[in-house]
Amino acid sequence: MPNLAKERWVKMDHNWDFATIFQNWRVYWVGLQGTLLMFGVTVTFGMFGGLIIGILRYIKHPVAAWPARVFVEVFRNTPVLVQIIWFYYAFPVLTGIETSPFQAAALGISLNTMAFSAEIYRAGIQSIEKGQWEGGKAIGMNFAQTMRRVILPVALKRVLPALTNRGIEVFKMSTLASVVAYVETLLQAKLIADLNYNPIESYTAVALIFFVVLYPVVQGTYALERVLNRSDR
Amino acid sequence: MEWNFAPVLGGMDLLLWGLLNTLKITGLALAFGVPLGLGLALMRLSTLRPVSMVSAFIIEFFRTTPPLVQLFWFFFAFPILFSINMTPFTAAIVTFSIQSSAFFAEIFRSGIQSIDHGQWEGSKAIGMNRNQSLRRVILPQAVKRMIPAFMERSIELLKTTTLVSTIAYTDLMYQANDLAQRTFRPLEVYSVVALIYFVLIFGFSQLSIMVERRLAKSGEGTVG
Amino acid sequence: MTELIRVEGLHKSFGTLDVLKGIDLQVNAGETMVLLGSSGSGKSTLLRCINFMETPTSGRVYLNGEAVGTAAGGKTRYKEADLCKLRTRIGMVFQHFNLFPHMTVLQNVMEGQLTVLGRDKSEAQEKSMSQLTRVGLADKAAEYPSRLSGGQKQRVAIARALAMDPDVMLFDEVTSALDPELVGEVLKTMRQLAEEGMTMICVTHELGFAYHVANRVLFLDQGAIHEEGEPQTLLRNPQTQRMKEFLEGHALFKLPE
Repeated sequence: MPNLAKERWVKMDHNWDFATIFQNWRVYWVGLQGTLLMFGVTVTFGMFGGLIIGILRYIKHPVAAWPARVFVEVFRNTPVLVQIIWFYYAFPVLTGIETSPFQAAALGISLNTMAFSAEIYRAGIQSIEKGQWEGGKAIGMNFAQTMRRVILPVALKRVLPALTNRGIEVFKMSTLASVVAYVETLLQAKLIADLNYNPIESYTAVALIFFVVLYPVVQGTYALERVLNRSDR
Repeated sequence: MEWNFAPVLGGMDLLLWGLLNTLKITGLALAFGVPLGLGLALMRLSTLRPVSMVSAFIIEFFRTTPPLVQLFWFFFAFPILFSINMTPFTAAIVTFSIQSSAFFAEIFRSGIQSIDHGQWEGSKAIGMNRNQSLRRVILPQAVKRMIPAFMERSIELLKTTTLVSTIAYTDLMYQANDLAQRTFRPLEVYSVVALIYFVLIFGFSQLSIMVERRLAKSGEGTVG
Repeated sequence: MTELIRVEGLHKSFGTLDVLKGIDLQVNAGETMVLLGSSGSGKSTLLRCINFMETPTSGRVYLNGEAVGTAAGGKTRYKEADLCKLRTRIGMVFQHFNLFPHMTVLQNVMEGQLTVLGRDKSEAQEKSMSQLTRVGLADKAAEYPSRLSGGQKQRVAIARALAMDPDVMLFDEVTSALDPELVGEVLKTMRQLAEEGMTMICVTHELGFAYHVANRVLFLDQGAIHEEGEPQTLLRNPQTQRMKEFLEGHALFKLPE
């Protein structure tokens, strides 16, 4: 009898069958391309846009600082899934501009990343000693020159680990695009699971894909942090 | 176009019910995730290499895979693998508990490691064993430093719970989708729901900033 | 004697705190002036107002007889571009060096010449190497600042300022952050500069330097010039009680018999 009980609770005899997964590698490959495209677009817009907003916030720009603050607070304090869905269903009603799944997801994730990275950049710039500004000023540099040549190079180096962490989050976030039916890795896995009735293998595969891609990156950031901690130049 | 909030206001009870469920999921995932995170952290700091490696693997795996993938796995794959029933609710609790525990583990670990080595030696010198030192001397000091990171992670968790709507659990996000479809007013519904989330999360953020300031004033360092 | 810098009626307040209460001052070409005073006397603020690291609340500063800023309705306006240009004429060395950590010693010295003066690279490099040689650090050109001692860092900072070919150099407590054994090398460099005829204004606690190198000493107290004169007379025979107390506080310095 005990065997039967075990049988009922833990189906130890599940036949792991990854053959269908390998047969369908093209489906995953299409998905991974979608993931990479989404990541590439959102991380680029997010990180560059964030730098501009972060600087506007830092210099307390008389006109732009307040809207920048509102932008940052709104996008940091609402779930990114809400943002994506808002851009997919609500934004077209408001503006009359239709958004494709790609556009809606890319907008949501980019703006979210801009808000988060803006605060990272701002903290980095703020962490630079006042003396560095004075050093630049004393040799006749103006604000923009000091920022570009003296402050940013050091500040960016300091926030590199935080930015990489954000990048990893953005990569994972790309799966949310599946909710508005953008073709990426998770959506493709769902397709395979529904067609072949093999959710165990198909979802395990997608988890492994993300792990394999991101694990080396994460290890890399640990190494990076150690290196940066050691050198203070 | 014209804004019309009447349908949203009519469905407000639905949304509030969803909000309650959102808070329920967040609270339960915290209740399980924090102790689990402490356990993982202690395993990670263990001097037994296999124990530490297993814990490191769990932590890294759940930190590097997207939460939505984890949720799908626990909802669609896990029940078949173990022949058990998984409701959207249990799948959500299991996923978010484990997922956040991986992050909490890292907070616990850096908190514990931030305590000066002399504290371990001090407690050792009065005859405490490792467990006693940890419980009586190290953790009480570490916990205070971890509070800001801990609150930040809890806020992230609250945002992540929106994912349960994709497996049809009736959280705030799900109710919003439902209401938007039935009323054909996606703009008003999603804007209001975004506002509800904003008020909730912004409130928590401000609270955590206040706590952080108070801790900073009392001269306690914090860990991220 | 040609006048290089003139300060007229300089006031500076931070909020309700009046740090400088009307300073008049003239520095001639080739002069080495030392500003003395206890902390809070306003001596560093005065120095920092001369190259507009701080903006004076009122009063005017003249460089080579030309007023800085444009007066408009009782207020003086300062344009960033004008101030940047002014600062290329006035070199400044800080207590905490403020070298750029991500640039080598040579890059530090070249930076202002390239970015601000627009000199071409080979000219800037040549100029930088000759200034580094002047402060005795030509062999450290390829090092990063983090690899240098405090005294070496300060000499690089001096070379960086000199490379801009300034008319006058400001030294703001440049030896205060240094270990005692490193003070000498920096003072030696400054003395050498003074002897070569560089116009210098120095805020310092090194009374020995003031005594032996300066042409003129100003004693500041509570935001005003309290006493002024040649170091040999002033340091030996202070006229006021305040300055006497100040000098007694620096008991380590013994005047030569």
